Amino acid sequence: MGRRVAIVGAGMTKFVRRAKETGKELAYYAAKAALDSCGAKLKDIDAVVLGSAPDTFDGVHMKGEYLSCGAGAFGKPYLRCYVGGGTGVFSVAVGWYYIASGIFDTCLVVCEEKMSSYQPHPQGAFLTIFDHTTERPLGPNLLWIFALEMQRYMQTYGIKKEEIALVAVKNKKNALDHPAAQIAQEITVEDVLKSEVLCYPVQRLDVSPVSDGACAIVMTNEYLARRFTDKPVWVSGVGWCLDTAYWTNRDLCYPRYVEEAARMAYKMAGIRNPRREIDVVEPYDPFDYKELHHLEGLLLCDRGEAPQLLVDGKTQRDGELPVCPSGGLLGVGNPISAAGLMKVIEIFWQLRGEAGKRQIAKKAKRGLAQAWGDLMQVGTVVILEV
Amino acid sequence: MKNFFATPLRDEDFKKKNFCYETWIGNCFYAWDCGKAIGRYLEGLKEGKILGVKCPKCERIMVPPRIFCEWCFVLVEDFVELKDTGKINTFSISYISWDMKRLEKPQIPAVIEIDGASPGYGILHLISEVDPKDVKVGMRVKAVWKEEKEREGKITDIKYFRPY
Amino acid sequence: MRRRVCIVGVGMTPLKALSPEVSYKEMMFEVANKAYNDCGINPRKDVDTFICCSEDYIEGTSIFDEYVPDQLGGALKQVHTIPSDGLFGVCAGILQILTGEFKIAVIEAHAKSSNILTPDGVHMCALDPIYIRPLNVNPIFIAGLEYNSFLYNHLFTKEDCAEVVVKNKKNALKNPYACYGANLTIEDVLNSFPISYPLNELEISSYADGACVVVLASEEVAKDLKKKPIYIDGFSFIQGSPNLEVRSWDFPRATEEAGKRAYEMAGINNPNREIDFCEIDDTYSYKELQHAIALNLNETIINPSGGSLGMGYIYEGTGLMRLIMAVLQLRGEAGSFQVRINNDLPRKAVVQSWRGIPTENSCVLVLSRE
Repeated sequence: MGRRVAIVGAGMTKFVRRAKETGKELAYYAAKAALDSCGAKLKDIDAVVLGSAPDTFDGVHMKGEYLSCGAGAFGKPYLRCYVGGGTGVFSVAVGWYYIASGIFDTCLVVCEEKMSSYQPHPQGAFLTIFDHTTERPLGPNLLWIFALEMQRYMQTYGIKKEEIALVAVKNKKNALDHPAAQIAQEITVEDVLKSEVLCYPVQRLDVSPVSDGACAIVMTNEYLARRFTDKPVWVSGVGWCLDTAYWTNRDLCYPRYVEEAARMAYKMAGIRNPRREIDVVEPYDPFDYKELHHLEGLLLCDRGEAPQLLVDGKTQRDGELPVCPSGGLLGVGNPISAAGLMKVIEIFWQLRGEAGKRQIAKKAKRGLAQAWGDLMQVGTVVILEV
Repeated sequence: MKNFFATPLRDEDFKKKNFCYETWIGNCFYAWDCGKAIGRYLEGLKEGKILGVKCPKCERIMVPPRIFCEWCFVLVEDFVELKDTGKINTFSISYISWDMKRLEKPQIPAVIEIDGASPGYGILHLISEVDPKDVKVGMRVKAVWKEEKEREGKITDIKYFRPY
Repeated sequence: MRRRVCIVGVGMTPLKALSPEVSYKEMMFEVANKAYNDCGINPRKDVDTFICCSEDYIEGTSIFDEYVPDQLGGALKQVHTIPSDGLFGVCAGILQILTGEFKIAVIEAHAKSSNILTPDGVHMCALDPIYIRPLNVNPIFIAGLEYNSFLYNHLFTKEDCAEVVVKNKKNALKNPYACYGANLTIEDVLNSFPISYPLNELEISSYADGACVVVLASEEVAKDLKKKPIYIDGFSFIQGSPNLEVRSWDFPRATEEAGKRAYEMAGINNPNREIDFCEIDDTYSYKELQHAIALNLNETIINPSGGSLGMGYIYEGTGLMRLIMAVLQLRGEAGSFQVRINNDLPRKAVVQSWRGIPTENSCVLVLSRE
């Protein structure tokens, strides 16, 4: 890998069901918190990256333009990047190529999502993600595709709902220690299994909430990093991959696009044996089964084996491989792109030993954040190390 | 600026208009050209047939049709008539509408692998005429078509699939 | 000297007002094939990164980036979307190649404008939802405000702007890719239907359908490909303000800043003398004059392709289409609309794009033949 790129500061808003602040204001609060965290001023920033998912949430066309002032982009080079739900983690890859190109020395990465604007329910924004001719006339809703994927995953490997429910229990509990969390709570496997069935096998407590929120980080090149912090965290690998849009022609039991994205990032970071070399991981968990699905795609366990890690307690904060110590999307909340960046920020804080009550038991040198999106189609991966 | 700032609003605030807000109903309408491949697919549905295409290089038979093979990246022009039967690859039982309202009768969306297409090549459609409890992965199903004169060249010309 | 990135392949179809015979996927497939054949590469093996430029509201599909990989040969590969004009996507591609991790990048943008039944309704959604949209004025009023401020503050007349339309529509008659070529007089333009004072109907570029693909490569790889590479000597993209309250109405300051940075990178001191021709944004008549002054290009040959006024406006594809026109000129492949400078092919060109109202931003590339 060529030029080294560091993350030197991070900030985020609280994640809430409905924020009084506008999208621009949320973006501003996160960006300012990130700048303040490392004593940076806006004039220190060469360029800005924005991540935000569907425009329909806000009902704003060209949302990147609309949010640019809140993200501090006035008068600066500015791109909005977009890979559906994978956007939050991918935005860090864009920040990486901004700086690794040698063109910019510093950049601000801001991810914002305000889902509450869409009425009567933000799910409506997802109605139009399906093919306009071959699928939309059937009246699909977003939960269908997750339910179809979850069913296929459970059937192929003989996984039980009781095992999957443990993810929701763990993550919502972890989130109790996160000051930005929206739906942290102590629940049991029974609570999950007894919750309302939405789209079998998906039940109410299997699902992350609808949220408003924003996150931001400050990135610099190797030479400037120590001007902003004593504890820079290095971006040692980034990866992304988009699978075919013909999702009904794929076997949904395994996320091969996550594997491809992970392989790209591992190669860049010089990681040969991820199971031994990754200390802490934040896989994308908008639904509880996704955390397990993604651990397999990231090659951190064999196919169909992720539930066993969980049952054995290895993925708890004091386990061998802490998974979603933040509380994940299931606990902290899911403002789509901001949730992805929240995961990167959690790894940043964990590696710096700044995660407070969430700090994992073992000494972590290297961590991984991953997100996922589109029609169960895109994987994005960032590897950080100190 | 401190971390973790945001002002949460409750449903109640919204209903009682405890704060100001603005509303907008978008005036955004589209009519999409289906082009060659999907155009032909829809014509097939109107005739009561499910059409697929065959890649000249890897010989995969794909549905829904497309004019390219995404893996070989070659032009695909060979249409093949498939059967209107298949098996369930995966399914769900949906008790809610898109805006999270309870449905009186649940819908059963499924990916159905169509007979005659390459293994694993399915389409999204609905299952009916069956008790939701009895639906299984691997179940054989057959298309239930609209009456010929009611068909208009849409995916909904197949009303649903039923076990057979 | 900084490493340079090259344009090695281009593909585009003639623009059309309607295109019911092809879907957007089929349109993209055809154009991508043209671009890959142009440089002799196989996308399944040779391309490291794909970038698509599209906006959900223009496609009528949420998370539209889902639907792009297959027809470009990008399935299960590195593909991402930059929801912006194609020229900004080119900048993203350049940055990726400069990291050293990627050798060949593909940039795609397209528009099926004819499929949008309510273009004004869509455009309306780009305005601030809280305090501009409720005024319920067609967003084109912003162009009227800019135009009026431009005439008031600078030494240009409405006739000068009308002349841009006459020139571009005439240039387009020679360009086989163009959709809206015409022989008009200044009077025709001035007497056309008033849309938002002082803007008249013929001063607005018309929507068209079309797709564009550009292939970029690192300098080392470019040497071994089919055609002589076109070098990107300088590039810059700058964001202005989305807020109508604080913008500079009479002058595109984002374009000025982007130009300054791109010229600095390319070592251009006197653009008017060093640049042979330019393809700059002319979504509206006055925009061409504004951009030409902001970039110090008012004495060069401007928009020999016919620009958006003559060729058609294809939303996010517009910048990429203009880039392709410039590449054809530099290669000497422009045929009936080839520019010659003292009987020689042009050597240096500038391409610039703007994302249209209500935005204030700009992207500038400086290209050269060797």
